[in-house]
Amino acid sequence: MSLSLENLTCNCDHGSTDAEKYAMIAQVIDAYKDKEGSLIQVLHAAQEIYGYLPLELQKFIALRMNKPLSEVNGVVSFYSFFSTKERGKHTIHVCMGTACYVRGAQKLVEALEEKLGVSVGEVTPDKKFTLDVARCIGACGLAPAVMVDNDVHRQVQPHGLDAMLKQY
Amino acid sequence: MSMINLTINGIPCQTPKGTTILQAARGNGIHVPSLCHLKDVHKYGTCRICVVEQVGAKNLQASCMVEAQEGMEIYTHSERVRKARKTLYQLMISDHNKNCLSCLRNQDCELQALGRELAVQDDPYAGDEPYHGLVDVSESITRDTTKCILCRRCVTVCNEIQTVSVLNAQNRGFDTKIAPVTGMKLGDTNCSFCGQCVAVCPTGALSSTVHEDRVWKALESHKHVIVQTAPAVRVAIGECFGLEPGTIQTGRMVAALRQMGFYRVFDTNWAADLTIMEEGTEFLQRFASVLDGGEATLPMITSCSPGWVKFCENHFPEQLDHLSTCKSPHTMMGAVIKHYYAKKLGLKPEDMFVVSVMPCTAKKTEIARAEMMNDGLPNVDAVLTTRELGDMIRAHGINFLNLPEEEFDNPLGQSTGAADIFGTTGGVMEAALRTVYEIITGRELPFPNLHVSPIVGLEEIKEATIKLENVKPEWSNAEGFEVKIAVTSGLRGARKLMEQVEAGTSPYHFIEVMGCPGGCITGGGQPRTFHINETRKARMEAIYREDEGKPLRKSHENPDIKAFYEDCAGEPGGHWSHEYLHTHYTKRGLFNEMTDEHFVVEKD
Repeated sequence: MSLSLENLTCNCDHGSTDAEKYAMIAQVIDAYKDKEGSLIQVLHAAQEIYGYLPLELQKFIALRMNKPLSEVNGVVSFYSFFSTKERGKHTIHVCMGTACYVRGAQKLVEALEEKLGVSVGEVTPDKKFTLDVARCIGACGLAPAVMVDNDVHRQVQPHGLDAMLKQY
Repeated sequence: MSMINLTINGIPCQTPKGTTILQAARGNGIHVPSLCHLKDVHKYGTCRICVVEQVGAKNLQASCMVEAQEGMEIYTHSERVRKARKTLYQLMISDHNKNCLSCLRNQDCELQALGRELAVQDDPYAGDEPYHGLVDVSESITRDTTKCILCRRCVTVCNEIQTVSVLNAQNRGFDTKIAPVTGMKLGDTNCSFCGQCVAVCPTGALSSTVHEDRVWKALESHKHVIVQTAPAVRVAIGECFGLEPGTIQTGRMVAALRQMGFYRVFDTNWAADLTIMEEGTEFLQRFASVLDGGEATLPMITSCSPGWVKFCENHFPEQLDHLSTCKSPHTMMGAVIKHYYAKKLGLKPEDMFVVSVMPCTAKKTEIARAEMMNDGLPNVDAVLTTRELGDMIRAHGINFLNLPEEEFDNPLGQSTGAADIFGTTGGVMEAALRTVYEIITGRELPFPNLHVSPIVGLEEIKEATIKLENVKPEWSNAEGFEVKIAVTSGLRGARKLMEQVEAGTSPYHFIEVMGCPGGCITGGGQPRTFHINETRKARMEAIYREDEGKPLRKSHENPDIKAFYEDCAGEPGGHWSHEYLHTHYTKRGLFNEMTDEHFVVEKD
């Protein structure tokens, strides 16, 4: 089963209200709730629309899917893909795989924490960036690598971080 | 039944087709150790301790999951199996809290017993963080996740048997916890506090929040400490001392309580008779109103079971008018002791300390409810489960099996057989009908031995229709009316009946709900058992034996109840009753969002 969001006008980055986002999520749930095993798909869609999965949204999903909240939260907390914290407009993943690590990824993390004023897993006060780490992203030849959204930045050095961030 | 042939440990065996390897082995007298498996309750193969070797199969098989097949050759204790079991066990205890000597399940722990059976003598996988987790105390249930082995028995009873679904696996890997939604404490959730999870937990991870210290302290104080015991306790307390389930131990239980120093030993059964007078009257009032074209709410639903009441408040908050306004029998008894009996003794209500011995964990939360207070005092001060009473009797050095049989104290100790059956599913309804039918028709309930046979038994939902004929003149508009009743035990059945009520399609006029499957006899506070169905049946039969052995079997015939109304309350449903014996309910909502009341106990 694949879930299409094409006919939903998702403009969450352009100021749709919570009510509008919830209405979109409701549409997704109603289309999929009777299908076995659709909870994960619905959660994916809900995170796409809302940005993250706070407890209030999980309650909304649980009620509308007629599933226990403890089960919904069980799935959300099992998969690291799901986030219960608000995310920034852009997500930075510093690769901490072996190759990147030995080439100084830890220093990049520390430098980013200082520049952005947040710890790993947190979002900047202006909601622009979420700082995260990743296990190997499969770009060992480019180590140390940093992903911002879907862009891979190669051989990043601490002094090059400003230039990288400026692109967003 | 078609049988299949297999060999286990070289012995030719037969087993019915469709049974598992584990059932085949045990059915042929061959022992296979297991841990998470619980007959008639849980079989998900989570722990793998029951693995066996099947000749020709690459991997060891979880015998509780794999169906026995014709010609199988099984070894239950080969070297490979023994090594695997030991490793599984050692991994399981690698992050398990090993403060066993100070655990309340010490020597009553399935994990401990298994380690002994497997002859485990070392703990090679213990990491530098030996156990991690938290202790979460609610009024009824204490969770200690450092002792959880993730067997998921509690998940099965909470989700599938009770449909409360407050416990599920959260997080993943080493961080996995069987818990409510991340970060929530049980006392903040929609938990009904039925305690069925506690009854199946193999370790000390889930236990009732014990009131033993409260009671010891009260017994040492200047207060008059009065104890009462529920109908289901007397048919189970013997199991704490090695007796078979269903052995009636009323007399020894009373003797033990007296030896422990209680000032009076009263019987919650007396208050069960009182409940029938109040609840029966309430039903008759609602029924009469509906016959007259009035707007009273039917079906009326019993309210003796606080786990059920909280379930209704959380899951069906808009249907609370269906609940009888009667308090549960032990809280009625508490109110009578403090606000009537104390006066008779020339004492103040605050001089009394009331202890209830119950088969129930939900009653611990019930006594903390704001509604269960009168004149600023709680009706009941402590609730001991049957298991806790067993522990206290032992701690007091009393040789239970050598005790003489003694009688309850009066005037709150005498009861009819109608009160005894409150302890089992169908009992409250039958007791009510014995009285209500007689009031309407002037005749005895027309069933052999007064048992309403369609509602006797352990089925999830039972129903009956009682036709009212040749009624008394004052009930002439009820002539020919068919009263439809339903009885359920366990919250899954309650949910089914409530979905009808919510949809406006319930065909019933009167419904009995008990929160635990089978009723109080298998409440969350009863002695644990590996044979739940057999134990439930034995205790139920004992309850009916106790009823049939009583000279009086209808609540309205209890002379002490009649005397109580003459001396104090006037009439059932009167002013005194409404002040002290009736209550109201709180809309809580599925996420407890409709109330600020919580049942978390903060540790000092």
